[in-house]
Amino acid sequence: MKENYRRVHSQNMRVYLAVFALLAAVHCKELFNGGQVLRIHAESEDHIQILKELQRDVDSGLDFWTHGVSTERPVDIRVPHARLYAVKDFLKENNIPFTVMISNVQELLEKEKAEMVSNAKMERSTKNFNFGAYHDLDTLYSFMDTLVASHPNLITKLNIGNSYENRPMYALKFSTGGVNRPAIWIDAGIHSREWVTQASAVWIANKIASDYGVDPSVTSVLGQMDIYLTIVTNPDGYVFTHTSNRMWRKTRSVNSGSSCRGVDPNRNWDAGFGGPGASKDPCSDSYHGPYANSEVEVKNVVDLITGHGNFKSFISVHAYSQLLMYPYGYQCTDVPDMSELHSVGTAAIQELTSLYNTRYQVGSICKIIYQASGGSIDWTYNIGIKYSYAFELRDTGFYGFLLPAEQIIPTAEETWLGLKHIIEYVHNHPY
Amino acid sequence: MANTTGDLEPTHYPARRAATVALHYLNTRHGSPHMVFGLQQVHKASAEDVAAGGRNYSLDFSVTASPGGSPGPALRCSADVLFPRTEQHTPPDVQLRCEALQEINSTAEDEAFYQKYIAPDSAVSAQDLPDSYGNMSEEMQPFWRLGRVAASFIMLRESSENTELNMVQVANVTQQESSEKQLMLDYVVLLHDLPSQEITQWKLLASWSPDRGVRVLHTEWQPRCPHATKPPN
Repeated sequence: MKENYRRVHSQNMRVYLAVFALLAAVHCKELFNGGQVLRIHAESEDHIQILKELQRDVDSGLDFWTHGVSTERPVDIRVPHARLYAVKDFLKENNIPFTVMISNVQELLEKEKAEMVSNAKMERSTKNFNFGAYHDLDTLYSFMDTLVASHPNLITKLNIGNSYENRPMYALKFSTGGVNRPAIWIDAGIHSREWVTQASAVWIANKIASDYGVDPSVTSVLGQMDIYLTIVTNPDGYVFTHTSNRMWRKTRSVNSGSSCRGVDPNRNWDAGFGGPGASKDPCSDSYHGPYANSEVEVKNVVDLITGHGNFKSFISVHAYSQLLMYPYGYQCTDVPDMSELHSVGTAAIQELTSLYNTRYQVGSICKIIYQASGGSIDWTYNIGIKYSYAFELRDTGFYGFLLPAEQIIPTAEETWLGLKHIIEYVHNHPY
Repeated sequence: MANTTGDLEPTHYPARRAATVALHYLNTRHGSPHMVFGLQQVHKASAEDVAAGGRNYSLDFSVTASPGGSPGPALRCSADVLFPRTEQHTPPDVQLRCEALQEINSTAEDEAFYQKYIAPDSAVSAQDLPDSYGNMSEEMQPFWRLGRVAASFIMLRESSENTELNMVQVANVTQQESSEKQLMLDYVVLLHDLPSQEITQWKLLASWSPDRGVRVLHTEWQPRCPHATKPPN
């Protein structure tokens, strides 16, 4: 009996090894197509020995789903398609009974994925949306549609152009009418790894929508001004942080002559472009790019702002460091409106701090954090948008970019108080 | 900006960078599995050039002690941080005094943690602390804190007036066989530098025991991209 087993076994091992070598060549592609899960009922000691041998053979490519081989419980094995016939023949030759539990593993995986996707899309109401969690791009885009659908007279979704990898870039426009009203711009997620910014922007979008008609201040502002909000200003980068590198900051453009991709979208604006505080090295996380506005993501915003011509405030939301900053970054000289910007900023962070005692500092970019050229709020200030600010949200370096999800809502809530103060001030000080 | 001497604006970066260096020093000396310090605020700061070549920052600042996780009491500290001016990078020198340091401790929790993991068959291994979503199990938090403390040795050593370093993640921690009653931990950590925005990866081997504290036995910069050839400094 034992001799027979060994002969059969070693013959089949050679089959397995040959097949495995073939499969290794196409290793990266879909391993699961046509694969099956077999349920095996060992009935004797011999069966158990054979199955244990099989389990020990790491080259066999068999994926044992249950551990422990005995006659008391069935053993489930996922068998890749290429080995299916060999394994089934082997089991039959050794009189080991089996049944097919899952007839096509790939099919099941696809069904499961489709279910996940449809679950994500099934948010019929923003009340079901989990604001206290980080979501992927599709979910955020789906949320935007849901929000617009529940506030059709207040919000429209504008396609402001495509990203480098051809993803649509969307701005939510909050407006109660008029033509080209004075407007406020808020962007989040231009640096993709700063996840608390996209997450906070989602909450803030919902807050503006639900406060309209309820909160006198928001209602009053929206009676005369429009608010533009981009939740994901760097969609390619955001997807990359989900699929490949959580620490990705830049765009995903190809840099000619380099194997490194991406440009720092906040060094790519036409303000002191290429000066100190940005890198010439495409591999650097602060690479300024070949020329100002080379990045389509930046160009799309520039075109919208210049085309519109009536923005009164531009606020860019980043993380981390807990700072509220005004221009300039590209040089450390004070802007003409420094005094006013500083006092509005100071009052804004007083509002912010009042909620959870989160400490913020106020100052110009160049003095408070570092000299940085080609930044967005320097460009907007220089074209006459006086109330140009940049936020750096929580925290101060403890978790950094990996801020625990439970801090999303508190961060959004306090940030909103600061933002709201600036918005109210801008509304009350037309120019 | 970095050429300013005399009184410094406490909220501006030159003072904050020097305070961050003092913080790294504090963590290397007093950090533990249940105690990591964070910078709360700089109250006063001044800088002066020193005869031997270099700049000394005098600081008055507060740190928060985070025993076991939630933010704890604030401690008042004063420090002198000397950044040498040498052709090749030389680590800064720190003199530090914090009040009431001896009153805050996490001895009981540290001791319990030590007893649990010094056992001969203990073989802890974990990745991505915290994960992309900022999550970390309670059991792993002391290992994250130890990683933070060990990383502070590197951050202290690599700091200059042009850096502001933080640890953003423990990519990997693997417990090694204990040696001389020390917990031995192999770490891969990711550091973030604020001015350059670069993320760097370091491998390090650290030991810890309640008596001897954290020691870093070996560090190695690891390139993150195939084409990177040298460390930032």
